[in-house]
Amino acid sequence: MLFQAAAQAPQFFYLAPWIVFLPVIGLLINIIIGGRLPEKVVGVIGSTAVGLAFVVSVLLAISLAGHHEAVIVPLAQWIKVGDLDIPWAFQVDTLSVTMMLVVSGVGTLIHIYSIGYMHEDVRHNGDPKRFRRFFVFMNLFIAAMMILVGSDNYMMLFVGWEGVGLCSYLLIGFWYEKGKDGIGNSLAAKKAFIVNRIGDFGFLMAAFTIFWAFGTYNFSQVFEKAPEIAAATPVILLFITLFMLLGVTGKSAQIPLYVWLPDAMAGPTPVSALIHAATMVTAGVYLIVRSAPLYNLTPQSQFVVTLIGGLTALFAATIAVGQFDIKKVLAYSTISQLGFMVAAAGMGAYYAAMFHLIAHAFFKGLLFLSSGSVIQGVERGQHHVEHDPRLKKTVKGNSEHLDPQDMRNMGGLRTRMKTTFWVYLIGALALAGVFPFAGFWSKDEILVSQMAYKPVLYVILALAAFLTAFYMARQVMMVFFGEPRTPAAEHAQESPKLMTIPLIILAVLSALGGLINLPKLAIFGPLQEITTLWLEHTVEKGFLPEFTLWIALASTVVALLAIALGYWLYGRRYQELLKLPTAKRPEDPIVAVIGPVFTALKNKWWVDELYWLIIVNPYVAVSKWAADVVDGRFWHDWFHDKVIVDGFNLLTRVLSVQIDLGIIDGIANGLGWLAKRLAAAMRRLQTGFVRNYALAVFFGLVIILGYLIFR
Amino acid sequence: MVPITYYVGLSAILFGLGAIGVLVRRNAIVIFMSIELMLNSANLAFVAFARYYGALNGQIFVFFVMAVAAAEVAVGLAVIVAIFHSKQSINVDDLDSLKG
Repeated sequence: MLFQAAAQAPQFFYLAPWIVFLPVIGLLINIIIGGRLPEKVVGVIGSTAVGLAFVVSVLLAISLAGHHEAVIVPLAQWIKVGDLDIPWAFQVDTLSVTMMLVVSGVGTLIHIYSIGYMHEDVRHNGDPKRFRRFFVFMNLFIAAMMILVGSDNYMMLFVGWEGVGLCSYLLIGFWYEKGKDGIGNSLAAKKAFIVNRIGDFGFLMAAFTIFWAFGTYNFSQVFEKAPEIAAATPVILLFITLFMLLGVTGKSAQIPLYVWLPDAMAGPTPVSALIHAATMVTAGVYLIVRSAPLYNLTPQSQFVVTLIGGLTALFAATIAVGQFDIKKVLAYSTISQLGFMVAAAGMGAYYAAMFHLIAHAFFKGLLFLSSGSVIQGVERGQHHVEHDPRLKKTVKGNSEHLDPQDMRNMGGLRTRMKTTFWVYLIGALALAGVFPFAGFWSKDEILVSQMAYKPVLYVILALAAFLTAFYMARQVMMVFFGEPRTPAAEHAQESPKLMTIPLIILAVLSALGGLINLPKLAIFGPLQEITTLWLEHTVEKGFLPEFTLWIALASTVVALLAIALGYWLYGRRYQELLKLPTAKRPEDPIVAVIGPVFTALKNKWWVDELYWLIIVNPYVAVSKWAADVVDGRFWHDWFHDKVIVDGFNLLTRVLSVQIDLGIIDGIANGLGWLAKRLAAAMRRLQTGFVRNYALAVFFGLVIILGYLIFR
Repeated sequence: MVPITYYVGLSAILFGLGAIGVLVRRNAIVIFMSIELMLNSANLAFVAFARYYGALNGQIFVFFVMAVAAAEVAVGLAVIVAIFHSKQSINVDDLDSLKG
């Protein structure tokens, strides 16, 4: 065992809460004094906070190497009502630490990259003050993600789950006043948030049912009782797992809730890399793997999960073929790859899913960051063209409104952005699943698992893998090869070292990532199945894929075929087509092969339109009706104006006229009138005749004396 | 020796005459005189009892009464003169400006 050397290592479990505290400290520093600090310092504070969290994660991993059992690190009491007892507690086990390492490791590199990227991005978008805000949100995201992966119960997990959703929303809408019509970005952020709410509904239903059935949210207690419940009333577990799947489809962008992820590309590119490729979207996969004991007991749910994963993988891969936006291609690719993971996790190949998750975090993070580098390279080229008086004349009219993300505006960047090209190529090869890059090993395990589970799913995923390799070949060809198609691309410049160094590190990880879980073959010596053995301590075994030579060969052949096809279509054919006049030129060389299907792919199979048609439009109509008729006419015009206002008027009139004027004033006036009448009666006594008074005095005296004498 | 009862009886008759005079007469001067009559009836009773008991207290009191009566007449006649100046009458029934 590789880890036996660490068996005597000191234990650092008590540090677990610091994986959350450190990013929070980082963001607090940046909130409080970041405004007075230079950009570099703000970036360094943000990156250091995440870097230290990575150090803590490594220490936790070292501690676990000598002590495989899960350790619960309680932090505080949270909710205690009757039987319900939810603590803030961190569960340090091999699964959660794996996620922590990925989140903080890839997160650190992306933070460092962001210092360089955001420096230009905030200036390009014209608001340098937002540099600090970006790092605050990013640190907040890391903290929320750490809560998600570090929790020991479903409720604390949900806090992280919502926290990352919030950060995703904030960061997609980072340039909230930009985008189509000035609201495009905020609409994208809203869409992501609302679609995720649907998933959260599923998660909450699952969580509440868990509490109803098990009386606790704690992972280990739930899993302990699960077989008992499964034996008694299996439908409960089916209910829980399927609703949990709804949560997964929201967060991990699976059919039918994947539509938010492509729009989420409105966020800055490091956000796409960190949140919408490497970490947050894998939370759904993590949730399934974490809940493995529940899924193992419900084969029906497992089948549904696997099917959804497989279909998503293929469906999203087809759309990726028809996209021209460099980030949209990667977004659909992410959905597709998440489909691979969900399919693997669904059928019980948990280790394969986690392996692909890690490898995907490396290469997709790399691809997104490199695409950010490409986009900024083109923007720099554009800037150069616009501000060079000699060039301005020749390219007049051509350079206006150029979309720096459109791959049709690129080309030939290979020689202009050398580092970016090489790292992009490594990322693309890893994603395409070419031997010996990380993606080859991880995808191979998934394909082997599916073959053993349901061959039809193997076929689906193999097709998806073919398309994956094809659209990556298309992208690399369109972006980096051939002649530059715009002056901006011609004058594109390489990104600064601050951005390229994290790219190189990620490229190395993407290339060598397969080492963390090589198949069980004697030639690999001590490197066999490291991740599998590591995760075995926490996650139930489920299905263990065996290395199958023909599947590995088949995948390689499929990938190479797709790349060859991509090269032929986009390396050769595309260049020839460019010589034709614009009117005769087809939109994309693949139109010749698949014809009108390309239009469907380009329009994403009109899924967004379909959702608009069957959900959003009726919903808007219903809300309009509710606003106009129910709220406006019924509540406002009738209930408020008629019932409340008129009723109130009536009541006040009764009170003022009848009660106040009638009774109250009546009493007061009556008293006055009575006093007047009494006085009028009494004045007669005052005759003014002295003798009358004298007589009265006399009789009074007589009466008093009589009383005194005869009493 | 005349019995005390006679004095007291005379005093009571005088007092009664005085009281009736005050109540029934309208001339302010006559009313004044009736008041004097009542005061003197009281003086008579005082003196009679003083003599009967052989004590001087009553007689002393009579001096006081006389002094007060003299003062009263001085003030009262002055008031009547003032009234007569303004009203040209000393009929008390004409003095009814306090009538309610």
